[in-house]
Amino acid sequence: MFLSQHGEAVFEPGLIGQIAWLVPLLPFLAFFVILFFGKRLPDKGHSVGIGAVAVGLVISLLAFIELAGGRGDIERSWTWFEFSDILELEFGMKIDFLTAVMFVVVCSISLLVQIYSTGYMHGDSRYTWFYAALSMFTSSMLFLVIANNLMQMFVGWEGVGICSYFLIGHFWEEKENSSAAIKAFITTRIGDVGFLFGIFALFAIAHTFNITELNLAAEDGEIGGPALTVAALLLFLGAVGKSAQFPLHVWLPDAMAGPTPVSALIHAATMVVAGIYLVARMFVLFEHAGAALDVVAIVAGITMLIAAVLALVQDDIKKVLAYSTISQLGYMMAALGVGAYTASIFHLFTHAFFKALLFLGAGSLIHAVHSNNMSDMGGLRKYMPHTYKTFLIGSLALGGIFPFAGFWSKDEIVGEALRASSEGTQTAAIFVFVAAIITAFLTALYMTKVCVKTFWGEYRGRGHPHESPGSMVTPLWVLALATCVVGFLGLPVVGPFLDWIFVPGEEHPGFSTAYNIVLPVASVGIAGIAIWLGWQLFHKERWSVDVLKGPFAWSYRFVANKYYLDNIYLGAIVKPIQYPLAKAAYWFNQRILDGVVNGTAAGTMASSRVTYAVIDQGIIDFAVNGAAGLTGVSGGLLRYVQTGNIQRYAAVLFASAALFVGALAFF
Amino acid sequence: MPVSFFLVLSALLFSIGIYGVLARQHAVLVLLSIELMLNAVNINLVAFSAMLEEAGLGGQVFALFVIAVAAAEVGVGLAIVILIYRNRQSVDLDELDLMKW
Repeated sequence: MFLSQHGEAVFEPGLIGQIAWLVPLLPFLAFFVILFFGKRLPDKGHSVGIGAVAVGLVISLLAFIELAGGRGDIERSWTWFEFSDILELEFGMKIDFLTAVMFVVVCSISLLVQIYSTGYMHGDSRYTWFYAALSMFTSSMLFLVIANNLMQMFVGWEGVGICSYFLIGHFWEEKENSSAAIKAFITTRIGDVGFLFGIFALFAIAHTFNITELNLAAEDGEIGGPALTVAALLLFLGAVGKSAQFPLHVWLPDAMAGPTPVSALIHAATMVVAGIYLVARMFVLFEHAGAALDVVAIVAGITMLIAAVLALVQDDIKKVLAYSTISQLGYMMAALGVGAYTASIFHLFTHAFFKALLFLGAGSLIHAVHSNNMSDMGGLRKYMPHTYKTFLIGSLALGGIFPFAGFWSKDEIVGEALRASSEGTQTAAIFVFVAAIITAFLTALYMTKVCVKTFWGEYRGRGHPHESPGSMVTPLWVLALATCVVGFLGLPVVGPFLDWIFVPGEEHPGFSTAYNIVLPVASVGIAGIAIWLGWQLFHKERWSVDVLKGPFAWSYRFVANKYYLDNIYLGAIVKPIQYPLAKAAYWFNQRILDGVVNGTAAGTMASSRVTYAVIDQGIIDFAVNGAAGLTGVSGGLLRYVQTGNIQRYAAVLFASAALFVGALAFF
Repeated sequence: MPVSFFLVLSALLFSIGIYGVLARQHAVLVLLSIELMLNAVNINLVAFSAMLEEAGLGGQVFALFVIAVAAAEVGVGLAIVILIYRNRQSVDLDELDLMKW
């Protein structure tokens, strides 16, 4: 489909776009190279992974520029397999601006994370495997992004899931870490089932897996009604699981058990944004699917709020960032929910950079003090100047302070929510707007807390912290620079970024209409108040309240226990299901499965016996022995002719000659 | 003389030869009997050659060939008989049944 956002003539597809399939393929090949040869390479295989992603990044950037330069979208596919004419599965690629943006995000973050990991994971016993898994993780995500149909996307989706399992559980020697990996895998599986059934439902009503066709069918009204709503909600369930939306967000904080670079990769680029990407990809379909988008908006609104509150009470620096990721994903999802497609992707884009920056910064801190807890840090401003500066930039971006990346995209979302709520009777949009404002306040507050507790005050940990090596600091500065710059892509003057990404077949209202000066000023004001408040509370320790006592202690406990959600899941779902299920499974295993297996074995034995007695002994052996016996008997008879007496031979000779002559004479 | 005289003589000789070959136990006598049969054939050849004069002397020449071959045959045959005798101290054909089975 070569539509342009300006409705102009059809564009030629770009050259670089044609080879975009190399982008997921290279890390995929790198995975095998690292796996089989990595240990023999002098650098343990990391340069293979880095090289593959670096080439991928170059191609992505070129494709991005090409598409921005007005080249058309590309969709290529061939038949993967066919099942009569009912079911045809394609294997293809769809390159449009959304794909290109995701490519750039995934490749650049993956590249920086891999470079950073050479320092962070140095000396790890499974260093080579770590790089192999990183390559596969990246490849799966890119495969998901490039897919032109939902089934293919699902393959990438599951690939991301399994790789995240490997990487979260990388330090599996500790039970806690492998449990976290299992939790992440199973929780997202719940969403995956929804995704799969959503695909089935869509296929049932639209008879295709193709994304473009599905979106067009929804737009033209070929599919619709409650069936489409249900299908869209099932797809959204998949997104809820992967993108850690309420109530399936519980896996993400636990996923912090993985190595910090992996956390950065999961949170910024490869895994959690897959859900956002899915909804964005199917956005037209969602728009025409009745109340589905409202559900998206409300779930996302709840998510961003509760996650922001949770971030406030964490001591583990990575968990703060994890909850902030959930909260920011809520922003992106909410933006989609209120119809602000471009704002959502823009936030995804900017968030990837500053969240990767924050995670890698946190990794640098953890590397230095050997603890995840902020209560063991403090005063690190003096010891780790580079980490301090870059982390501060990331925090300001996350807090939404001008002119860093987060400011632009977050503001855009808030503006779009406001516009959506004023335009219609959309209560969901009003809810999102209010939630977004409160969340912005909370975000600035908890980031202030993190910065204060980490960099100001006195050092509370053990040992002497020192700055991380260059391989870790360089990616930090690259990301910090990106964080300062990428926001400006959204400026109407500079960047047509928001014009580039467009919903197929729909006129986008554009950035400028939603833009007014009051809102950004107000939001920076709110963030400013939050920072000031945070400074007073956590640095000056004014109005210090003992949260464990007093009238609000119950609410603190409520939040500190993560709203008891884990307890509810464990008590209400896992336990009641686990034990009877295990029992039933055991019974089923013993009685049915073993019965079937043993029965099959007994049946095989019996039929073998019959075969042996009748066919083998009775028929085959009879034939073989019979042939031998016959030969023996006839030979035994014939041997009497062979007397050895020469005169008898001569007699036969003469008799035969006489008979022959007689025969000649008479006939 | 009619040719039938020669043929009767030849048939008698041949029959005596066959009898000798089949009935005699002694290997040398069997060889002698074979000579009788060969000479019976020679008589036949010469008789027919004389009867059919215009056909040339082919029959008589052939008889000479037979005599030559018979001499060679006897030479080889007697050599075998002597070797058998050396091995088994007997030339009784009934005992020479090594060629069976």
